[in-house]
Amino acid sequence: MLKQIEGSHAVAEAIALCRPEVVCAYPISPQTHIVEALGEMVKSGELTPCEFINVESEFAAMSVAIGASATGARAYTATASQGLLYMVEAVYNASGLGLPIVMTVANRAIGAPINIWNDHSDSLSQRDSGWMQLFAETNQEALDLHIQAFKLAEELSLPVMVCMDGFILTHAYEQVDMPTQRQVDDYLPPYEPRQVLDPREPVSIGAMVGPEAFMEVRYLAHAKQMQALERIPQLAAEFKQVFGRDSGGLTHTYRGEDAETIIIAMGSVLGTIKDTIDEMRADGHKIGVLGITSYRPFPLAQVRAALHNAKRVVVLEKSLAVGIGGILSTDVRMALSGIHLHGYTVVAGLGGRAITRKSLHKLFREAEQDALPALTFLDLDWEVVNKQLTRERVMRRSGPAAENMLRDIGTVASKIA
Amino acid sequence: MSFQPIKFYQTGTFTVGNRLLNPENRSVQSHQDRSNAINSGHRACQGCGEALGARYALDAAMEATGSQLIAANATGCLEVFTTPYPESSWQLPWMHSLFGNAAAVATGIAAALKAKGRNGVRVVAQGGDGGTTDIGFACLSGMFERNDDVLYICYDNEAYMNTGVQRSSATPPAARTTTTMPVGLSPGNVFGQGKFVPAIAMAHEIPYVATATVADLHDLEAKVKRAMEFRGARYIHIFVPCPLGWGTASHDTIRIARLAHETGMFPVFEAEHGELISSLPIRRQLPVEEYLKPQKRFAHLFGAKPNLEVIARIQARADRNIQKYGLLQTEVA
Repeated sequence: MLKQIEGSHAVAEAIALCRPEVVCAYPISPQTHIVEALGEMVKSGELTPCEFINVESEFAAMSVAIGASATGARAYTATASQGLLYMVEAVYNASGLGLPIVMTVANRAIGAPINIWNDHSDSLSQRDSGWMQLFAETNQEALDLHIQAFKLAEELSLPVMVCMDGFILTHAYEQVDMPTQRQVDDYLPPYEPRQVLDPREPVSIGAMVGPEAFMEVRYLAHAKQMQALERIPQLAAEFKQVFGRDSGGLTHTYRGEDAETIIIAMGSVLGTIKDTIDEMRADGHKIGVLGITSYRPFPLAQVRAALHNAKRVVVLEKSLAVGIGGILSTDVRMALSGIHLHGYTVVAGLGGRAITRKSLHKLFREAEQDALPALTFLDLDWEVVNKQLTRERVMRRSGPAAENMLRDIGTVASKIA
Repeated sequence: MSFQPIKFYQTGTFTVGNRLLNPENRSVQSHQDRSNAINSGHRACQGCGEALGARYALDAAMEATGSQLIAANATGCLEVFTTPYPESSWQLPWMHSLFGNAAAVATGIAAALKAKGRNGVRVVAQGGDGGTTDIGFACLSGMFERNDDVLYICYDNEAYMNTGVQRSSATPPAARTTTTMPVGLSPGNVFGQGKFVPAIAMAHEIPYVATATVADLHDLEAKVKRAMEFRGARYIHIFVPCPLGWGTASHDTIRIARLAHETGMFPVFEAEHGELISSLPIRRQLPVEEYLKPQKRFAHLFGAKPNLEVIARIQARADRNIQKYGLLQTEVA
C-alpha cells in the first residue's frame, strides 16, 4: 500500500510487520521517532506479543537485546552517534555471541564537537565489530532492508545494522510502498534460534575461551560474513519475488557500463550524485555510480568488477579516518589491488554539511581531468581553518578550537550553501 | 551386620548438611535431589565464600522454581571459575555477557519469556560487588526502577578479586587492597560515605531486599526461597569472605562471615517494598577487633602500635549498623 509517511515511521511499521518480540528503546536523535512509534504500537496492543522496554542507556538497550535474543526472542533496537559508542562493548558482545539482533543506526556525526546531523562516522566506527552493515539509499530501501535484515541475521546467527541517514531519511516524508503482513510473513519465517536459554535443555552461553579456541571462534564470524556475501543477493532476489521490487543486494550500479569515471558512495547522497550524473551524461560525460549497500561484509569482488573498465574512481564518503583520509576508500583500494586506475578520496558532508549538485559538478569535472588531489575535503572553508591554524601558531593559550571557529564564522553557525 | 551410629550433630543441631531433621527444617543442600546448579569440578580457590554462597543460593532458587530457572552472570570470579572452556559447572541455562550488564541481560531474558508466554520460567542475575555496586550499577538501578521480574544476587567480597584485589565501592574503610595500599598518612582504603547497595535497593522500594552471609546458610536459603515468592525486582546481597583477597585462612571463611555479622560489620536483614521487616539478631555483640584481626587486609591496624583511632571509627560504623538495623533486638517494629 502506498503511503506518504516519515522515514522513521515507515521503518517502525516495517519492524512491526517483522513481529519483534522485544524492543528496547533509549532516546537519541535522530533515531527516536522509530522507537516512539513502536512503543505506541506495543502499548495500544497493535503489536503483540511484544515487550517494549524503556532502558536507562544504550548500553542497557543492547544488553537487554542480548538477553532477549539468547532466550529465543526476535530482538530489535535503534540508536545513533554517541548512543552507538556508549553501547560498543555490548555491540561487540552481541556479534561475538552470534545473536541475530537487528538495529537501526540513524547515522549521525560523533562529537566532540557535539553535532546532531548526519554523517557516517558512527556506524563506520563499528566496522570491525562483527555486525553486518546495510546502507539504505531511500526510505523505501530503509524499510525493505529491515525486513531482509531479520532474515539475513537469523539465517546466519549474526547481528545486522541497518544504516539510514539521520534526518535526511529518518525525518523526510516520502512515499513508500508499505508491505502487507501476509507478504512479510511469507518472506520472513519465525525465528528459530541456534542457541537458546531454556530449562528444558540447559546450555552455558558466554564461557571463557582461551588461546586454544579463540582464533577458531573468531574465524567462524568471518566465515559467516563471507556466507552473507552470497546470501545477500539471494535474499534481495527472494524479496523481489514476494514484494515485486528491487531492494537491497550488495551494490547498485547506475549508468556504469561504459563509464570512465565511477563515483562510489553510500546512503542517501547517492540520489544527489545520480541527479548530477544524469546532467553530466546529457552533456556527454562518461561517468557512472557504484552505490555500496553492504558495507559489511564488503563486496570486494563486485566493487572490483564494477571498476574494471574505468579509468578513475572517486570515493565520496561521509566519514573521515583522521590520520589517513577515507574509511570507505581504504576498502575500495583493497578491491583494486592490481588494477591501475586513478583513485580519489573525497570527504564530504561531515556533521550534516550539505552536499550540493553544484559542488558535485565541479568536483566530478576536476576528477575527470585528474586534477583532484588524492584527498579532498568538499567545500571546506579554508579561510576559517587557516585563521585558526594561524591563531594556534602565534598564541599558546589559543582557547577551544571549535568555539574560535564558530566566532570567526559569525552568527550563522551552520552554513548551508 | 554393620551398625551406623547416629551422632548428636546429625539430629540435635541445625547443621546445614543434617539430613535427619524434620523435612521442613532440612536445608535444600542436604537433599539428595538438590539440583547441583553449580556442579563440582569448578576452579574456585579453597575456602571461596562466593562459590559456597552461589551454590546454596542457586540450588534454593532451583528448588523454589521447580528447576525452571535461567541465570545471567556478570564477568568476575564466579563466571571465570565455573566455565573453563570447554567445561561448565552450570546445570541450569546460564549466560555470561559482560561485566556491567548482568541486570540488563536478565531483563532481556525476562522480557523474552514474557513475550513467549513462559511465565513459569524465572530469571536470576548475579555478580560480584564490582559488577554490582560499580560498573553494573546503572543497569541494576534501571532493572529495579522498572520492577523487572528478576532476582539479582550480589556476592560481596568487598573488592575486585578476579583482577587481583583492587578496591571497589564495597571495600570497607582502612582495608588494604592493591589500589589502597597500607602506606602513607592514612593507610588502606579511605573513609568515604560508603555505598551500601541493599539500602539503595530499598530506596527503589522494590518488592524484596535481603542480606545474608555464608555463616548462616539456612537463613540464606530461606531468603532466596522467599525472594522467589515475589514477582518483580528483588535483590539479595550475600557477604562472601575471600581468603585470597582478605588474607584469611581457607578454613576460616564461615567464621569470618559469622564475625562480620556478630560485630555488626555486616547487617543481616530483610525488607519488603522499601520497609525493613526483620533482622537477624546478634546473640552477643563482639568488638570489631575480633573480626579485623584474623584478616591480613587489616594487619596494618594492629601490631606493636595499634591504630586505635581507626579501629574506633570502624567500631562506630558497626555500632551504627546495629542501631540502624536493630541487630540487638529480635524484631524491628
